[in-house]
Amino acid sequence: MSTPAEESAKIETLEEIKKHSHPLIAIVILFGGMTALLFAIGLSISFGAADIKLATVWTAVFNFNPESTSHQIIRDIRMPRVLGAAMVGSCFAVAGALMQGMTRNPLADSGLLGLNAGASFMLALCFAFFPGLPYMYLIMFSFLGAGLGVFIVYGVGSLSRGGLTPIRLVLAGAAVSALLGALSEGIALYFQIGQDLAFWYAGGVSGTKWINLQIMAPWIIVAMIGAVILSRSITLLSLGEEVAIGLGQKTKTIKLFGMIIVLVLAGTAVSVVGAVGFVGLIVPHFTRLLIGHDYRWIIPCSIVLGGLLVVLADLAARMINPPYETPIGALIALIGVPFFLYLARKGGKEL
Amino acid sequence: MTNSQRKAMKKNLFIIGILCLLIVIVFMISMNTGFIRLSPLEVIQTLFGSGTEKQHLILFEFRLPRIIIAVLVGMGLAVSGCVLQGISQNALADPGILGINAGAGLAVMLFISFFSSTTAVPVFLLPILAFSGAGITAIIIYALSYKRNEGISPMRLILTGVAIAAGISSAMIVLTLRLSPDNYQFVANWLAGSIWGSNWKFVFSLLPWIVVLIPFIFSKARVLNVLNLGDLTATGLGASIEKERRVLLAAAVGLAGASVSISGGIGFVGLIGPHLARQLVGSRHQYVIPTAALTGGLLVLIADTIGRWILQPSEIPAGIVVAVIGAPYFLYLLSRIKD
Repeated sequence: MSTPAEESAKIETLEEIKKHSHPLIAIVILFGGMTALLFAIGLSISFGAADIKLATVWTAVFNFNPESTSHQIIRDIRMPRVLGAAMVGSCFAVAGALMQGMTRNPLADSGLLGLNAGASFMLALCFAFFPGLPYMYLIMFSFLGAGLGVFIVYGVGSLSRGGLTPIRLVLAGAAVSALLGALSEGIALYFQIGQDLAFWYAGGVSGTKWINLQIMAPWIIVAMIGAVILSRSITLLSLGEEVAIGLGQKTKTIKLFGMIIVLVLAGTAVSVVGAVGFVGLIVPHFTRLLIGHDYRWIIPCSIVLGGLLVVLADLAARMINPPYETPIGALIALIGVPFFLYLARKGGKEL
Repeated sequence: MTNSQRKAMKKNLFIIGILCLLIVIVFMISMNTGFIRLSPLEVIQTLFGSGTEKQHLILFEFRLPRIIIAVLVGMGLAVSGCVLQGISQNALADPGILGINAGAGLAVMLFISFFSSTTAVPVFLLPILAFSGAGITAIIIYALSYKRNEGISPMRLILTGVAIAAGISSAMIVLTLRLSPDNYQFVANWLAGSIWGSNWKFVFSLLPWIVVLIPFIFSKARVLNVLNLGDLTATGLGASIEKERRVLLAAAVGLAGASVSISGGIGFVGLIGPHLARQLVGSRHQYVIPTAALTGGLLVLIADTIGRWILQPSEIPAGIVVAVIGAPYFLYLLSRIKD
């Protein structure tokens, strides 16, 4: 038990966090980000093999003409794609923010901690054993797989002497990813679905259809609302478990709900886009840097900025080497790796 | 030499003998695995020159080079891991985890994607390419995890390695998608850690690296023992640490690079080999190095044999089999070791 002096010190840290959070900047980011996102979405819809003017995009959305080929391209191919990209980005970013807050681990991210690999593994199983499985069920299996991955990583971490240190989680995540990756590869070779999987692993939103979005949307919306509701508790949890308990939080319940939300978000995102890492690492850090440690602001901002990042990455992926698409997973790693290195260097002492 | 030391030496030599015997046994089993089976008796007959022409062909042209390569690759990776664990004083170091394998892989893959045809790749060039790739990666990782006044912290070294490996994998994915279907198949198998170069040319391109570097590292066994005591003690004992460390690092990178060029991404051998060796013969590098070489060789040989046996007539790359065995072992280690 902590002494009253310590208690008051903790409450002071809470005050400190409030003082250091910048709601004004957060609001600016929220609206600026939203505008940028809308603009990026418009740009992304208009860019492609068939050149389409922004004005045509506008009319296709608000005054749809089924006779027009451009309108059809916009409606059936490009819109679901870009909306898929935005959703996936938000999912990874919020999942990362929640994980970092709950574990107090600055390196937490669904890719690094084995969730993505778990979901990918489960999907490889589905491709192999139940080819042509409806997307609805693919998503469910993807959740299960993400759960499996994170269960093993955390299991190993918590069995360890000395508990869950950041480096231990990263190493366990790397090993679990290697194991599940090897198993998926084995399955792919055995059932000769290698090429299908390779393109899917590479990460791309090009195949997204309206039906996928319709199935994804309810899960994502519920999970996002859950994340926003939890955000205050996550802020307290990020101060440390004792502080959170001291302030009357039911930490076990919060962690359970938080984890379920993370699994749903990462699982859905992986089922669309494949194993894209680093979004969940970069976005929450960037947001924290700008607006401080209040998760009531971090989570909404992560939704917007995560979407923006992946929409822009998808746009870049198509522009770099047309008509080929560069895998967006690789593009994001291009930003993500230096960022991770920076964190590993800077965090040398606190880790 | 005291009595107990002599006893330990006897025990360790016995263990090394057993390992050699196991390799011979797996070799026989491996010979008996595949489309055309050769019984141990036939193998021995053929080895001494009295088999049929067909048996001769299968043994000397198909199976034997492949088996030798599997053993050599395993030895190279395991000894490389031994050195890396020794010089970083980190029990979890391994050429795969530190991103050195990925660097070697990237170099080879760049070469293949620019000079398209896989058949025309000069075999002797591959280990050199892989060595340069691995070397450049090692230097980058070393430099990025170096901090003035603090030197290299093993933890930063590993985190940097993990990140660089992730970056290189992404680059490789980009390259794979641009390959022709034929080359794609080749690269996919190679990345998964398949022993692909199963003829004598590959044996001879790998052999010099192993034959030169492993004895060299063995000759440095005492230095590794001293380094194990920690930097302060080691300096006190007069070893010029930084220099020795760099030389050993270069040797380890050379071994890993040459092995990876032939076998692709066989991970975890460099981790498991030395650990098993230490459990068998204690921590003195005079014993650990040869034992690790043998366990590594045995491990890859077993993995390759299993991979060929499960899915006849096609096969599972040895790298996948090793990862399936190796990753759980790594996780187990992780839960046992203190920071």
